[in-house]
Amino acid sequence: MTTTPPILKHPMLKYIREDRMPAIYCPGCSIGIVTQMIARAIDNLGLDFSKVVIVSGIGCTGRTSGYFKTGTIHTTHGRAVAFAEGVKVANPELEVIVVSGDGDIAAIGGNHLIHACRRNIDLTIVCINNNIYGMTGGQFGPTTEHGRFSQTSPRPIGNPEYPFNLVQLAASSGATFVARWTATQARRATASIEKGIAKKGLSFIEVVGACPTAFGRMNRLGDGLDMHRHFLKVAEIQNGLPPHEAEFDYDRRIVCGEFVNIEKDEYTAVLKQMQEKLRK
Amino acid sequence: MPERIMFTMGDIASAEGALSAGCKYFGGYPITPATEIAEWMALRMPEVGGSFVQYEDEIASITSVIGASWTGVKSMTATSGPGVSLMLEAIGLAVMTETPLVLVNIMRGGPSTGQPTRGQQGDVMQAKWGSHGDYQIIALTPASVQEMFDQTVQAFNLSERYRVPVFVLADETVGHMRERLVIPDEKDLKIEYRKLATGDPADFLPFKPDDDLIPPMALLGSKYQFYATGLTHDYRGYPTDKEDVQLELVARLNNKILHNADKIIDLERFMLDDAEIAVVAYGTPSRSARKAIKEAREAGIKAGMLRLKTVWPFPEDALADLASEVKHIIVAEQNFGQVYYMVKAAAAPTPIHLMAKPAGMPQLPHEILDKIREIDSL
Repeated sequence: MTTTPPILKHPMLKYIREDRMPAIYCPGCSIGIVTQMIARAIDNLGLDFSKVVIVSGIGCTGRTSGYFKTGTIHTTHGRAVAFAEGVKVANPELEVIVVSGDGDIAAIGGNHLIHACRRNIDLTIVCINNNIYGMTGGQFGPTTEHGRFSQTSPRPIGNPEYPFNLVQLAASSGATFVARWTATQARRATASIEKGIAKKGLSFIEVVGACPTAFGRMNRLGDGLDMHRHFLKVAEIQNGLPPHEAEFDYDRRIVCGEFVNIEKDEYTAVLKQMQEKLRK
Repeated sequence: MPERIMFTMGDIASAEGALSAGCKYFGGYPITPATEIAEWMALRMPEVGGSFVQYEDEIASITSVIGASWTGVKSMTATSGPGVSLMLEAIGLAVMTETPLVLVNIMRGGPSTGQPTRGQQGDVMQAKWGSHGDYQIIALTPASVQEMFDQTVQAFNLSERYRVPVFVLADETVGHMRERLVIPDEKDLKIEYRKLATGDPADFLPFKPDDDLIPPMALLGSKYQFYATGLTHDYRGYPTDKEDVQLELVARLNNKILHNADKIIDLERFMLDDAEIAVVAYGTPSRSARKAIKEAREAGIKAGMLRLKTVWPFPEDALADLASEVKHIIVAEQNFGQVYYMVKAAAAPTPIHLMAKPAGMPQLPHEILDKIREIDSL
């Protein structure tokens, strides 16, 4: 008589709410890959997971926080960074990670992103950039390239606007660690997320992801596999390149790497010094 | 800290009330006429080991306050009408995630930018109905510098007890007037703190209410893992589009306040016992009304006042009782009529007369006296 082999569990499942699986994501979406990157980064660092707080905004990526088995919050649209700042200031012992999409972070929440970078508060912001508003069905967003098609820039019109380059935005706003990878560079991206978490200051890691359901379909980029293969082809690794040279041209060249890693006073540490100076 | 006496303004009294209540986090953005609260907190927070953060806007301010509260730190913001307008979406999040917080609104003239340096009471309905969906909040309406302190302490206690955002709705006159303030010895203050999660983390259901309709709260960084979302959620905190869960959740968010309304509502009955004409007022107009009523009494007119120290939840029963006691009710408020409609709904068919003034100078005592005389002669 043969015994049934034990069912192997994914090693990162210990960080995940199994009772919430399967996740809501479409086949071919990159968000699951990035979720795993974050789990592996936490695992590699050996963090006390109960002291890790994961905050998201709204949208497909906004659902990410809810799959982690720790203190997790799903905030209003665009406000994940502001929420995370309140958490971090009130309890600097917590490791606070923000996971949100490009629309959430750079459009409706753009103001909070740049000001959090300016304060250099110790947050790790992972932005999954799929170049589109996915959850609402595929409208152009702050990272959608000029001329791209979407539900609000349909053929033959195309996107009338020009995109943010998120690496340049975060770097020029004052973030002390800035990196960009695509979803196919899982190990390098995981290593950057690890560095970002360990860094005492604001870390911004953009992970370029695929949305085959909306961005891929409307721009005829193929299925999820095709889109991830495309990332491998166009990703060009240029660690240490000045951030203003970190080009993002979806069809031809997505410059990846770690572009900023500098030391600056961290905001909650400065607040602590003020308390020590004034404490009665 | 032992008792202290100050001669100070309402805004600062409110900030001191927050500190006495144990507030350790203030997130705000400058706005007239509430800025003094932020300025006071900027210096006082570090002194008490707390944090003051000046954010890029009111949306960040209130959202950060929700975040700070989830770490177990008592948290607040202070603003005025335009700032509250920006905060309304997040107030809904605080309601839905049952986050204790205090929002001090020093009400100025509106609509829009209005008259920033002039008082008004135009935000009463906004406080109750401003965010989308059906919910209850609590709103306190102080009328003096001492009450700015006392009711800010009370606001924290209520927000902690019921896990709900609590508004301190003060008109600019109350915010900026200077009076004597007695800060009681800290051992004489009753300070409440939220009910915390207990028991085995494996069995913990973060949004399962106790019999009092309030779920014990788990904090970020504790041994309890949870998901708090603005989406409709079940006892586990998980999002769902099930109708029964939505109906139960919305009913509970409302009922945890409405079923405790008698414990929350705070009213002052002034010379009402034999009154035939009652003035209903709150905030600065109630100060004018008090003087007018004394003068009316001297002239032999049986007038009195029901002063609302809380406007939400609305004291419907007290207004219905008042309607059976008196012949006429005058509602004097510094707006075009907001509480007036609530009084009308609760106190009909007793005649209800509105003294509306949506401008900076409140109804003056002689104006209220004239109105009392006019009604007395009917």
